[in-house]
Amino acid sequence: MNSSSATTSPSVLERGLHTLREKGDLELYANVFIIGIAVIFTLWQGTGFAITLATVFCIWAILSVSLNLVVGYTGLLSVGHIGFFGIGAYGMAILTSDTSYELLRTEAIPQFGWPFFAALPACVLAAGVVALGVGAVFNRFRDDIYVLVSFGFAIIAFNVFLSWRALTRGAFGIHDVQRPSIGGWQLTGDIEFLILCVVFLLIAVGISWFLVSSSFGRVLKAIREDEQVAQVFGYQTTYYKLAIWVISAMMAGLAGGLFGSFTKFVDPNSFILLESMLLVSIVILGGLASIRGSLLGALAFVLLEEGMRFLPFLPDEFIGQARQVVLGVLLVLLMLFRPQGLAGRYKL
Amino acid sequence: MISQNVDQKTDLSEYYGIETIGITKQFGGVKALDDVSLTIPLFGITSIVGPNGSGKSTFVNLVTGVLPYDDGIVKIETNSFKVIHAHETPEHGITRTFQEVRLFDQMTVWDNMMVVLTNRSLLPSIFERSKAEHRKKTEEILKQVGMWEKRESMAGELSYGQRKLLEIGRAMALEVQVYILDEPFAGLFPQMLERVKDLLRDLRASGRTVVFISHNMDIVRELSDYIIVLESGKFLLAGEVEEVLNRPEVIRAYLGA
Repeated sequence: MNSSSATTSPSVLERGLHTLREKGDLELYANVFIIGIAVIFTLWQGTGFAITLATVFCIWAILSVSLNLVVGYTGLLSVGHIGFFGIGAYGMAILTSDTSYELLRTEAIPQFGWPFFAALPACVLAAGVVALGVGAVFNRFRDDIYVLVSFGFAIIAFNVFLSWRALTRGAFGIHDVQRPSIGGWQLTGDIEFLILCVVFLLIAVGISWFLVSSSFGRVLKAIREDEQVAQVFGYQTTYYKLAIWVISAMMAGLAGGLFGSFTKFVDPNSFILLESMLLVSIVILGGLASIRGSLLGALAFVLLEEGMRFLPFLPDEFIGQARQVVLGVLLVLLMLFRPQGLAGRYKL
Repeated sequence: MISQNVDQKTDLSEYYGIETIGITKQFGGVKALDDVSLTIPLFGITSIVGPNGSGKSTFVNLVTGVLPYDDGIVKIETNSFKVIHAHETPEHGITRTFQEVRLFDQMTVWDNMMVVLTNRSLLPSIFERSKAEHRKKTEEILKQVGMWEKRESMAGELSYGQRKLLEIGRAMALEVQVYILDEPFAGLFPQMLERVKDLLRDLRASGRTVVFISHNMDIVRELSDYIIVLESGKFLLAGEVEEVLNRPEVIRAYLGA
């Protein structure tokens, strides 16, 4: 009854979609394409631009790799990660900036005058401590409720940054955040700072890789797949979830510290919920449960963000919105045709 | 109230693996299990039977800490528990499978096995890679359940029968005394069925306690040394298979008269 030609030979479109869904080739193409664009950009815009691009990439890469530990490996879809990033950035700003030179004296905030390398561990620690408290509460929730409570955390964090004016100067933000120095040697130059960021990115990737390739990492995946079964096999899953949550938050705190020092200015607008959503998009775009995927996602995002301002037909005032639209469309397309992302090992 | 053993002569229950005293579980206003006191012998294969809704799965869920019980005590060997936490059951010497197969779907067959074998303490597990002894054990069991060729596949891509086998294999990797299998034979093709039966017999031969739930009376007759009958959340009877299954109250419970 069935005509054989109709049933046995799928159309070109069907075959294409199948390849897109199942084969790993897309990962390779995406790698080549995205890195290719990065190289062309660099050649076109010169080294100064490339250094900025690379630094921003390092910071976003640390963030997205750290979020992937929680979302991709453990299956906790947190949209509040930006809060820990903000804690890191504000930590760096408050501890290192010299506020005596501020023009606006109305908002006097305490001065610490710490050096960069003392402030950075403090940023990491602060994010970790907050995560410990938040995580202890979050551990009661899972799935969609988890998304909601982490959403709540992002909003609370933003409002603390905005309203705790005695510490953060609120909407005015904190200027003059320090760049690092070792002994008398100031790492003020962009290239030195980039090298520092690369080193920290390598450390973050190294730690993440070490974690996910261990027995601990395997238990995290088991928790993601079926927490109750993991419990039946003797794992006290709350501790595992809390541990990876805190580690992930500490990495975000590290990224935040670097970000504060890099931009030399910190204000609450960098830590709005939308940024958190973009971050989740990067992680999904790059691929869940894949460190390589998160690096790829971060690179694609940074290129998108920086690259769209060079589009001749796009007026400057729409650039910010346009990149969000593009990212949104990409995300929808990926969910439709490749739910595991570019290089992912796990589908939501 | 201890179980009304039909067969007092052999009285397997003297050496019990698990004893429950008056465990009760309510869902809303419905008593899923009502004051159930019974013993499961330490050796041999015990089957739990009863019509749909008789509380078989609930019983297993309570004993393995998947659900908390409202009242009663569970005794495992010499220890009594008012509360059982799921993550403590391997320490108590119990593991289980589920009625609807629950594997770690987006993990490989290999990882599904390995996860059961590795270190239970958090900090050491960070520094533990796959150990040679764990790999050896995984290989051994995957070969035993006939899943060795599938080791690289994602668990979610396996056929239903393969999933059942992997779930039983995963439980077997955990070397404990008591294996509770919730409907291990449901929906299996004859060939797979024989394989699962053999696995249960292997466990019995190695001196383990095997408990299974089944609706298939032929298999129950064939495999069980001891049988426990539940009816509408209550303990009805326990004892040796033929005697219990020929009792009028059991026949009535099954025929629904």
